[in-house]
Amino acid sequence: MPKRTDIEKILLVGSGPIVIGQAAEFDYSGTQACRVLMEEGYTVVLVNSNPATIMTDPEVATTTYIEPLLPGTLARVIEKERPDALLPTLGGQTALNLAKALHENGTLAKYGVELIGADYDAIDRAEDRDRFRATMAEAGLRTPESVIATNLDDAHRAARELGLPMIIRPAFTLGGTGGGVVTRAQDIDTMVSRGLEASPIHQVLLEQSVLGWGEFELEVMRDHTDNVVIVCSIENLDPMGVHTGDSVCVAPQQTLTDKLYQQLRDQAITVIRAVGVETGGSNVQFAVNPATEEIMVIEMNPRVSRSSALASKATGFPIAKIAARLAVGYTLQEIPNDITRATPASFEPAIDYCVVKWPRFAFEKFPGAESGLTTHMKSVGEAMSIGRTFKQAFAKALRSRELDTTTVSPAGEDELLALVAAPGPERFDHLLEALRRGTPIDTVHARTSIDPWFLRELAELVESAGADSIANSPGGEFTGERTFKSVDTCAAEFAASTPYYYSSYERAGASTSEIERGEKRSVVILGSGPNRIGQGIEFDYCCVHAAETVRAQGRDAVMINCNPETVSTDYDTSDRLYFEPLTLEHVLAVCEAENATAPLEGVIVQFGGQTPLKLAAGLHEAGIPILGTGIEAIDLAEDRGRFGALLHELGYQAPPYATARSAQEAMARAPEVGFPLLVRPSYVLGGRAMEIVYSLDGLQDYLDRVGARDGREIFLDLFLEDSIEVDVDALCDADKNVWIAGIMQHVEEAGIHSGDSACVLPPHSLGEDMLQQIRQQTIGIAQALGVVGLLNVQFAIHGQGGLHVIEANPRASRTVPFVSKAIGLPLAKLACRIMLGERLDELNLPADTTNGHVCVKEVVLPFDRFAGADSLLGPEMRSTGEVMGIAHDFPTAFAKAQAAAGLRLPTEGTVFLTVTDGDKQGATLIATTLHDLGFKIIATRGTAQSLRRSGIPAQPINKIGEGSPHVVDYIERGEVALVINTPVGTGARADGYEIRAAAIAHRIPCITTMAGGVAAARAIAVAAREGPPDVLSLQELYAH
Amino acid sequence: MSDATAYVLLEDGARFDGLACGADELAVGEIVFTTSMSGYQEAMSDPSYAGQLITFTYPQIGNYGVCEEAMESDRIHARAAIMRAAVDREDAPSAEGGWLSWLRDCGVPAITDLDTRALVRHIRDAGAMRGGVFPARVSEAQARQLIAAEPAMTGRDLAIDVTPKAVLTLAGAGDGPTVAMIDTGVKLSIIANLRARGATVELHPCTASPDELLAGDPDAIFLANGPGDPAALDYIVATVRELVGTKPVYGICLGHQLLCRAVGLETYKLPFGHHGANHPVKDLTTGRTEITSQNHGFAVLGPGGAKTIDSDEPVRWETDFGAAELTHINLYDRTVEGLTLRDVPGATVQYHPEAGPGPHDSLYLFDRFIADIVQSAGADCVGESPRGRFAGGGAHA
Ligand SMILES: Nc1ncnc2c1ncn2[C@@H]1O[C@H](COP(=O)(O)OP(=O)(O)O)[C@@H](O)[C@H]1O
Ligand SMILES: Nc1ncnc2c1ncn2[C@@H]1O[C@H](COP(=O)(O)OP(=O)(O)O)[C@@H](O)[C@H]1O
Ligand SMILES: [Mg+2]
Ligand SMILES: [Mg+2]
Repeated sequence: MPKRTDIEKILLVGSGPIVIGQAAEFDYSGTQACRVLMEEGYTVVLVNSNPATIMTDPEVATTTYIEPLLPGTLARVIEKERPDALLPTLGGQTALNLAKALHENGTLAKYGVELIGADYDAIDRAEDRDRFRATMAEAGLRTPESVIATNLDDAHRAARELGLPMIIRPAFTLGGTGGGVVTRAQDIDTMVSRGLEASPIHQVLLEQSVLGWGEFELEVMRDHTDNVVIVCSIENLDPMGVHTGDSVCVAPQQTLTDKLYQQLRDQAITVIRAVGVETGGSNVQFAVNPATEEIMVIEMNPRVSRSSALASKATGFPIAKIAARLAVGYTLQEIPNDITRATPASFEPAIDYCVVKWPRFAFEKFPGAESGLTTHMKSVGEAMSIGRTFKQAFAKALRSRELDTTTVSPAGEDELLALVAAPGPERFDHLLEALRRGTPIDTVHARTSIDPWFLRELAELVESAGADSIANSPGGEFTGERTFKSVDTCAAEFAASTPYYYSSYERAGASTSEIERGEKRSVVILGSGPNRIGQGIEFDYCCVHAAETVRAQGRDAVMINCNPETVSTDYDTSDRLYFEPLTLEHVLAVCEAENATAPLEGVIVQFGGQTPLKLAAGLHEAGIPILGTGIEAIDLAEDRGRFGALLHELGYQAPPYATARSAQEAMARAPEVGFPLLVRPSYVLGGRAMEIVYSLDGLQDYLDRVGARDGREIFLDLFLEDSIEVDVDALCDADKNVWIAGIMQHVEEAGIHSGDSACVLPPHSLGEDMLQQIRQQTIGIAQALGVVGLLNVQFAIHGQGGLHVIEANPRASRTVPFVSKAIGLPLAKLACRIMLGERLDELNLPADTTNGHVCVKEVVLPFDRFAGADSLLGPEMRSTGEVMGIAHDFPTAFAKAQAAAGLRLPTEGTVFLTVTDGDKQGATLIATTLHDLGFKIIATRGTAQSLRRSGIPAQPINKIGEGSPHVVDYIERGEVALVINTPVGTGARADGYEIRAAAIAHRIPCITTMAGGVAAARAIAVAAREGPPDVLSLQELYAH
Repeated sequence: MSDATAYVLLEDGARFDGLACGADELAVGEIVFTTSMSGYQEAMSDPSYAGQLITFTYPQIGNYGVCEEAMESDRIHARAAIMRAAVDREDAPSAEGGWLSWLRDCGVPAITDLDTRALVRHIRDAGAMRGGVFPARVSEAQARQLIAAEPAMTGRDLAIDVTPKAVLTLAGAGDGPTVAMIDTGVKLSIIANLRARGATVELHPCTASPDELLAGDPDAIFLANGPGDPAALDYIVATVRELVGTKPVYGICLGHQLLCRAVGLETYKLPFGHHGANHPVKDLTTGRTEITSQNHGFAVLGPGGAKTIDSDEPVRWETDFGAAELTHINLYDRTVEGLTLRDVPGATVQYHPEAGPGPHDSLYLFDRFIADIVQSAGADCVGESPRGRFAGGGAHA
């Protein structure tokens, strides 16, 4: 049956900001879906709050709304756009939950919007753990014994029935939020409460444990004529108990016999039919006991998922693209397989290689947080590698992780085995070490339940590597010749026409490279590797734009990346995709292969964040041309001393600083710089371990904790307290013409990492003089560095002292997509054209990019995932993603951004304030506004007194130390709608910790800066006056 | 590379080095590849692979060892295994032995660490051909001679090598119909599927005469899978020709080709055959696509002698026994995958509904088959109804 003609306009919902459990994979799937639907001639209306996505590029959909993903907003979009259908299966759990809400509140029925892809009932059957369990039982499939609990009494009864350990699985959550394993009776209350709290329907499934069983996933696709195919099987090396998102995984499955695998396949098909997902992709998870061959169904996700992105990249079968076509009526047989072009999509890919996926963690950013891996997901990204054998793929995956830290295994055998036994972020590193030391496979298996097949492979890998670490020297497994092979969906049974390659080692002789390229010059674009905090989807966005530009400029775009979640690793994005680790060795090998039959023009290192930048010098030395900003300029900007000298020469101010090479020297030099001090070690990347200290004692304490490493530098900067931070993105061409794309004013003061603070474009409170100075200094720096392409400069405006330069990054910054969306000009593309040789005046850029609307970027923070870590913001970045609010005025844009970030500012209720003395005056301002709007104000004693002096009736309440009922009690009883808590110095920091933790646990907006508080108050006032803000599409905005 | 201890040589001179890992022997025959990612033991013990050397495109082979339960016959029939990363492990709870140990014990040579993808791409482009696996000590000149001495697959009767010497009757689980099978090398999964549905199966040597086949008054004749070229089995074709119209006749794989030849259709050799577990086959009577297990080097020509059929319609064409209706088509290369005889009871499929290894999507064919036999056993076997529906779906039932 061909596509449906009874629908014309389709609403697609994205997944919003990148959070743990829901990341770039939904940009990949959503972008594919939009493109397919547009190609099919439908009108596509897209809503997504995340500007750092390709899907929200204005050409990807017909109409694009960067608006909060909330039922109310969606209803307004539906009212305005009147779509015929809503496709909710490509935007993760967020889109699914929204579709469900819109069905339940009658919006869909009211406007006659049909759910396509999965209907309400199917979503509910899959997502409601109780209904799912019943559905499985009806279909004759087993699930672990379980009890549904909605309160603690249920939980205790369940514990008696099921025994401990018992698994908590909240309903309708994502990435296992709120889930866990209860092993001790005394933990039942806290852990179950957390689970109930996390579930939007206040329901958890308490389940019999199958810890230690094998965990398998199957990606299933079904069309509306009931044809079903399994795209890929995935086996977790970590047995049941570690979330699949945190597990090291391999595709296809390795350890099941054909008989057992076919049973899983049959069951997966039964599941998709029983749940009733009529069209599209689903993910079914199984637990398998290898000894008894028992199989249990763990869950099914009735939508594309992280695993489906992985399966797509692992096989070349584009699940999201096909799911979108199926949703509009095609059958699998009617859809061609892109890769062979000769065969239809109604088949199951045959793989002739192994794929390993490795999670990327960020525990080092959250001191205090438990770093054990459990049933709720904690990883922030992933790397995938392809090799001809499991060992090759595994060793490549190790290298793809790009860790900033090295694992140090304890010398004692018992300690080492304890680390091997307890799942944690470094478990496999310890495991390899244990194998290296000769620990028997049986011992490791007994302690981990990891299938012996994997352990033997790893033992062989360790042995072949000899004394070298596997990650550094690939060892015996890799002897032979490097050859490039294709991912072709069919194990070479048919010729492939889509160039998607990986390198592998084969015995010298017969192997020939499969790379097919024409005569065009190629440009290699280096991606940004696994997502991590500080380097996320923003950089992938830039890389994709680079590829599009390179192609448009008549060259072959060649992408190298190892992140399976992304659009950049979609084989449609570039002319040739190399799925490889971003190491110098692998990149040089690709360059050599690309240069073999036709010229390689050069490599672009500006778009993938720090990852490619680190390779620039090595590439340069190897004689590979770096396009755009050269390595000299990169070094000049990155070297503290050289950059400081350059600023000095230009006559620009920078915070006074000193460097020290020992703790002693740091203590000696600190007074020269003055306090407060911003301290950071040079050897830790990404703003890590950056702290503000207020005294020599504080510095000593820091040095004791973080430690000074011999010979490595420690930077001491004067911390510019109470400064306004400003971010600028600019373009500079080879003739030193500079164009300022956007100036962003941060909402939070300097000291909160630029990646963690909200910002406004255009600046809402800077005078023209200041703006002019900022422009001039940006131009000066760009010219002095010799930037060709993008430049990002961060400034701090410090009271009397004025403008200070904090740093300059001669590459695309995290803000490029935000600025591009705000000004309606694709910065990365423009930069790429400059790097390929064009001059600014050829690009027809407007002198002034402001355009009558205000854009606010807000960030989302993962504190709810890291119980134990303080949620206080600081100079070290910890956010995982961002959202954008667009409106005609600042307060509205700010409110939209807050709402999009999941912090809905209240319109009524009680506000709790507790601020430092320095902030008491500011607090009065905020409190006055809120009081006038009818809010009740409660405050800690000091703050309350100061408010009352200004005539605001604030009710004093106890600090925690002062006894119950104290502030946390209020929060826990749900009596607080907004928390404003500014901590400064070490004392208040410790005190506010519990308050912030309680606010996060109860999902109450908690603002920790005065500037943020003021903005929030203004936003609340505007919302109260004007009601819910209008929804605005990018296309409308740019039309002006 | 210098450490190579064995190599694969093809008749066109292409050579691929690797490490010897099975019995210290050489093997010569037709080199084919299978894209199935699991079920290596099933493949090696499948009689249809007699005379062939199997290249496994999936690199990791041997992962879960071997066990009695996975056997598709009583021994290994393939002549050698060609692999990228074979292992000999017994850790899997179901393993009764290691894969490579088993190959060695059975005297079957094997080679690993060989660039199987390069080999497969070569065969894909040049077609399946003769070749061998040779220990390094065998000179290339010697190897060439051995390959040249090996008869080509076309025109080859291999069924005679794998068929049983005497009739064997296996009772079913219940009192279902009796099926007389011409055993050209039947897979145990086929027998198991029939017996599980209550059928009693009589396995006959492939040289059995029509009278011998009918001696036990079976309810249907079943033509098994098996190795070799159907065109070389005229004696079986002649036997089947006599049976068509007297009893319902069903066939799988080689059996499909034999029944087709018996009613006057032609077979031909595919460039490199279908061997794998992922081919989509469309049931034209229901419109459903099944993911199928495939293992054949020859195929049946469609209407007008065409190798492929463009339409998705259940086209009909004339045979010596009336009309044949296309029921199944391969969506990869649009070759014939199954047909039903409209005027006499009989139906066949080219692929393997019994799986072993592979997906279970087509197991339902056995249900239909048994139901049909039971029905025709009750009815008069002449005239329009009931039809052999084994492959024909329920559309006209
Ligand atoms: N009964 C159980 N016993 C042991 N581990 C379990 C059980 N149920 C789930 N898990 C583990 O918890 C993880 C998360 O559970 P799941 O229901 O898949 O959550 P999510 O919806 O976040 O994917 C699984 O990947 C699995 O490792
Ligand atoms: N001297 C300073 N005074 C005040 N804040 C500073 C100073 N230096 C850095 N910061 C703050 O620390 C954050 C991180 O510093 P930055 O040098 O930009 O590190 P990164 O390389 O991680 O971006 C900045 O965004 C800013 O908020
Ligand atoms: Mg899950
Ligand atoms: Mg910075």
